[in-house]
Amino acid sequence: MITQIEKQWYDESAENEAGHALSPSLRPAGGKPIVRFRSVRKSFGELPVLKGIDLDIYPGEKIALIGPSGSGKTTLGRMLMTLEEPTAGTILIDGEPLWAMEKNGKPVRANEKHLQKMRGKVGMVFQHFHLFPHMSVLKNVTLAPRSVLKLSKEEAEELAVAMLRKVGLEDKLHVYPSQLSGGQKQRVAIARALVMQPKIMVFDEVTSALDPELVGEVLSVIKEIAKEGQMAMLLITHEMEFAREVADRVIFGAEGLIVEEGKPEQIFTNPRSERLQAFLQRFL
Amino acid sequence: MNAPWLDWLPMLLDGTLITIQVALLSAVVSIVLSALAGLGSLSRYAVVRLISRAYVELFRACSLLVLLFWVYFALPFLQIELSKLMAGVLAIGLNIGAYGAEIVRSSVSAVSGGQREAGIALNLSGTQRMLRVILPQAAVRMVPPFGNLMIELLKSTSLVYFITLSDLTYEAMVLRNNYYVWTPYIFGLLLLIYFLISSCISLVSRLLERRLAVWR
Amino acid sequence: MWDSEYAAQLLPAFLPAFAVTIGATITGFMLAVLFGLLFAIAGRSAAAPVRWASRSVVEFIRSTPLLVQAFFLYYSVPMLTPVAMPAFATGVLALGLHYGTYMSEVFRSGIDAVPRGQWEASTALHLSKRKTWISVILPQAIPPVIPVMGNYLIVIFKETPTLMAITLVELLLTAKTEASATYRVFEPYTIVGLLFLAVSLIFSLGIRRLEKKWSFGRENEKGGLR
Repeated sequence: MITQIEKQWYDESAENEAGHALSPSLRPAGGKPIVRFRSVRKSFGELPVLKGIDLDIYPGEKIALIGPSGSGKTTLGRMLMTLEEPTAGTILIDGEPLWAMEKNGKPVRANEKHLQKMRGKVGMVFQHFHLFPHMSVLKNVTLAPRSVLKLSKEEAEELAVAMLRKVGLEDKLHVYPSQLSGGQKQRVAIARALVMQPKIMVFDEVTSALDPELVGEVLSVIKEIAKEGQMAMLLITHEMEFAREVADRVIFGAEGLIVEEGKPEQIFTNPRSERLQAFLQRFL
Repeated sequence: MNAPWLDWLPMLLDGTLITIQVALLSAVVSIVLSALAGLGSLSRYAVVRLISRAYVELFRACSLLVLLFWVYFALPFLQIELSKLMAGVLAIGLNIGAYGAEIVRSSVSAVSGGQREAGIALNLSGTQRMLRVILPQAAVRMVPPFGNLMIELLKSTSLVYFITLSDLTYEAMVLRNNYYVWTPYIFGLLLLIYFLISSCISLVSRLLERRLAVWR
Repeated sequence: MWDSEYAAQLLPAFLPAFAVTIGATITGFMLAVLFGLLFAIAGRSAAAPVRWASRSVVEFIRSTPLLVQAFFLYYSVPMLTPVAMPAFATGVLALGLHYGTYMSEVFRSGIDAVPRGQWEASTALHLSKRKTWISVILPQAIPPVIPVMGNYLIVIFKETPTLMAITLVELLLTAKTEASATYRVFEPYTIVGLLFLAVSLIFSLGIRRLEKKWSFGRENEKGGLR
C-alpha cells in the first residue's frame, strides 16, 4: 500500500508538464490546472471500472463527461468528492495530492483531517438530490456554512437566500423537501452546494432522476451558473444538447478509459473514433 | 358486599410510584446502553464493534429474571452488594438496553447512504454528519419500536417483586394476603393499572413520533 | 468462592427441573402458536365486533405483565370458576396467551404478505372461508415467518422462570430452594444463568442458520422463475 502511495507522491513531485495528454490548443490560456487525474485506476473487487485516467481541469473550465452507462463517469466524480478511493494513481487538487499526505517527511494515506481540508475545494450535486428531508429548504442550505465555515446565523442565511434566489426558489425557504417537485429539489441541492463556493463542482447526472418536463428548469439554472464563470464544473451528463451548449471541453469515456476529448463542436459534429460515432448515433 | 377499593388505594399508589421509579431509572440506563452499543455496533473500530456485539448477544440471550437473581443474590459473593432498587434497575437496564441497541443500529443503518454522502460533499465532519444529518432521521424510525420496548420494560419491572422490592405487584400481593376473598378484584385492578401506564407510554410515543416527523 | 464439588452435587436436582423448563417452553410455544392463529384470524374477521374484541384482548394482554397474568390465572380463576388448574397447566396457558398476542402479529404480517389474488382466486373457486384459510392462505403465510416464530420459542424459554411465582418447580425455583437449604447462593444461580445462556445462544444460532438457508432457498426460487 505504502509503495503505491510513494509512487503517487513522487510522480507528482516530478511535476512533469509535458508528459500529460491535453494538447495546447485545448488548454485555457494561463493558469495551472486546479484538478489533475494522473493514471487513476479504480476497481470494485475484481471488476475494473477505471483503467487509467489522465485528465486536467483548469480553473473555471466547464467539462462535460459523456459516455455509455457503466463507463465509470460517476466513479470519476465520486473520487474527486472523496466518496471513493482510487485503487491506484493520483488525484491532485491545487497541486496537492487528495488521497495521500505527508507525515514526518514520508508519504502516507490521507487521514480524515487532510480529506476534510481538501474537500472544501470540491462540491457535488447528486443524481438523487440527497436533500436532508428533516430540514427546511433554508436549513438545508445554511447547515454547511454554519457548521463548516462557522458563519453566523445571519451571514449564513443572507448567503443562502441569495443562492436560493439564483435558483429561483427564494419563496420556498421554510418548506420541507417532501413538498417540492423533483426539479425544485435539485435546484435546492444546487444552491446547497454552491453556497460553499467550491473551486470545482461535480454535477453527477443531475437530471437523470427527473421527469422529462422538469429537466429544463434544472439545466437552465446550471447554464446561468456556468455563465458566471469562476467555478470549474465537471458535468457528468446524458444531455448532449446541454453539454454542447455549456461545455468548454467534452470528454468521451467508455469502458474505463478516455476515448476522445475535444471542443464541443469537434466532438459532436466531427467525432473521430468509431465508438463515439456509434454513441452519438443514439442521440440523433 | 362492596369491594373496599378505598382501603387499597394508598398501598397501590405507593406501589405505582415505586414501579414508575424503577421504570424511569431503568429506562435511562437502557437508553444510554442502547445508544452506546447501537452506535458502537457501527463503529469503524473493530474492538468497539466486538464489545458492542458481545453485549447485545449476551444480554439478549440472558433470561431477565435469572439475571436479576444473579445480580441481587449471587453478586454479593463477589463483594458487589447492590440495593434492591439498584439491582432491579441494573438488571432491567442491561436486558432492555441490548434490545434497544438493535433498534438504534438498524434505524441508523436504514438512513440512506446518500445522506451520508451529501454530508461528505458539504464537508461536514463525521460527528456533524451523525448529529445533524443521520441521527435526526434515524430518531423518527426509532420512536415506535422504542415505545414498544418501553412497554416491555414496564412489564419487566414487575419482576422486582421476586427480590421483594415493594413495587405495584408486590403491594398487590400484600393486599391479597389481607383481603383474600377479593383476590380476583385485586389482580384485575392490578392488570388495569399496568394497562393504563402502558397506554400512557404508547400515547407519549405516538405524540413524539408525530412531533419528530413533521417533515415527512 | 466457586466450589465444583458442590456444583456437581446440584446437578441431579437440576435435571428434572430442566425437563420441566423445557416442557413448559414447548407446551407454551405450541399454545402461543394456537392462540396466535386464533387472534390473527379473528382480527381479520368480517364481523366488526369480533375484530374489535380480538384486537382489544391482544392489546390488553400485551400491555400487562406475564407475571400478573399468571397470578390472575392461578389465584383468581379458581375463585371465579369451578376450574382449578395445577401450576404447570396454568403456567403454560399464561405463556401461551401472552406470547399468542405476539405470535398473532407475526402471523398477521405473514398473512398480509399473501397476495390479494389468492383470496380472490379462492372465492372464484367457491372455496369456503375455512377451506380458504386452511388450504390456501396459511400454507403460504406460515413458512416465511417460521424463523420469527423460532425467535419467540427462545423468548418463551427465557420467560419460564417467571412461573416460579406460581410454584412451578423449574430451574430457577430449584436453584432458589437449593440456595436456601445450603445458604450457598453463588453456584446454583450461576449454573442456572449459564444454562439459560447456553441454551438460548445455541438456539438462536440454529435459528440464524435456518433463516439464512430459508432466505437463500427463497432467492433460488425467484431465480428459478427467471
